[in-house]
Amino acid sequence: MELNQLFMIAISVIFINNFILSRFLGLCPFIGVSKKTEPAFYMGLAVTFVMTASSVITWAVYIYLLEPFHIEYLRTLSFILVIASFVQLVEMFIQKTSPALYRAFGIYLALITTNCAVFGVAVLNSEMYLKTTGNPLKGLLFCATQGFFAGVGFTLVLLFMSGIRERLELCDVPGPMKNMPIAFIVAFLMSMAFMGFSGFRF
Amino acid sequence: MLIPIIVMSAMGLLFGLGLAFASNIFRVGLDPKIERIIGALPGANCGACGKAGCAGLAEAIAKGDASLTSCPAGGEETYNQIASIMGVEKKTMARKIARIKCGGGDQAKNKYEYKGVKTCAAEGLMAGGGKLCNFGCLGFGDCVMVCPFDAIHMGKNGMPVVDSERCTACGKCVSECPKNIISLENASETYYVKCLSRDKASFVRNACKTGCIACKICEKLSKGAFMVEDNLARLDYDRVDNEEELKLCVEKCPTRCIIQL
Repeated sequence: MELNQLFMIAISVIFINNFILSRFLGLCPFIGVSKKTEPAFYMGLAVTFVMTASSVITWAVYIYLLEPFHIEYLRTLSFILVIASFVQLVEMFIQKTSPALYRAFGIYLALITTNCAVFGVAVLNSEMYLKTTGNPLKGLLFCATQGFFAGVGFTLVLLFMSGIRERLELCDVPGPMKNMPIAFIVAFLMSMAFMGFSGFRF
Repeated sequence: MLIPIIVMSAMGLLFGLGLAFASNIFRVGLDPKIERIIGALPGANCGACGKAGCAGLAEAIAKGDASLTSCPAGGEETYNQIASIMGVEKKTMARKIARIKCGGGDQAKNKYEYKGVKTCAAEGLMAGGGKLCNFGCLGFGDCVMVCPFDAIHMGKNGMPVVDSERCTACGKCVSECPKNIISLENASETYYVKCLSRDKASFVRNACKTGCIACKICEKLSKGAFMVEDNLARLDYDRVDNEEELKLCVEKCPTRCIIQL
């Protein structure tokens, strides 16, 4: 039963409710770090890690701090605190292990801090699973699953986009449409394609 | 009211301590020279060195990827500071300055009346600009706009003027000018020909009051320091014996296109 639900969550956040192409969250790194495949992949890994870890931590913060003291209204503040700390940790780790990657990320690494996709996962978790599931451990499992697979979906779309943009480099794109405009058009087409997973809803 | 404050402070403290601990583990040793070189550079981030801002150049210099003289804007003072930081013996570096080699402005005739976007770059696209002389300044001051050091201003006669005190020879105006009439010259060489026209004298006489008409008077007076090639006088500083001769050339030039700063 639970495995079934976890599978549903995974399929849902990777394809049907993909964070970038259906929920339109995290568009900043989607456009910014999708010029080459390699940084895009590592960006996806970083975001996946931050999403999963912050899902777990925000679950703990919500269940053991916010709910018992009835201060759920501090959700935004405390979640941002968790995410910001984790991004700092990832930034330090990358700067230490791979300076080249650190330079490739540039400002976008620090921008994961205020990345709406990461924060969106935390908030959606608390909306979808923490308030409704009676069993807190079951909630943790759902949160971690959603966090991880949201990151996987993010990575997948980033890889698609970078692959397309790498090929676009070789294409004869009309002058005014080069770089950003054509990237936006590609994003629009990809979003239309992903809408096929959920079908038209009016 | 107290509980939220305590909870949030405790969380902040916890994460702060965690990060402090992590930063100890993941510490990256930065070259302390980089900070000091950044301090020595002008900090205008003009990009004339070809690096991503002054910080990028500082990193390259500290690593040894860029030469100590890479900052064209900083000039001698910056070079000396960087040399002392890097522990290299100082060499003197000739100061350069931007020279606008056209005296036309209001004195040059128009080919047509230009009514478009008021930038030189735009006018330059329309048959090379509205001036009859194809080598002349268009006078909208793209160079004034691009100068990061506020060293070029629009003069009275529709010609930009370089402020020799402020100019750092960063080369921004040189690459911005669509007519390529700005060049970097040694600041010590104060005499120069304020014209680039290679047109024949009959054409220049009609097009501009201060164009070089290749009369060769300067060539005779300066005993070969000035040389006329392609209908244009050029000054070769290596051949100058006597500055007085150059002064005479300034006075005797019929169109007054030889200038002393």
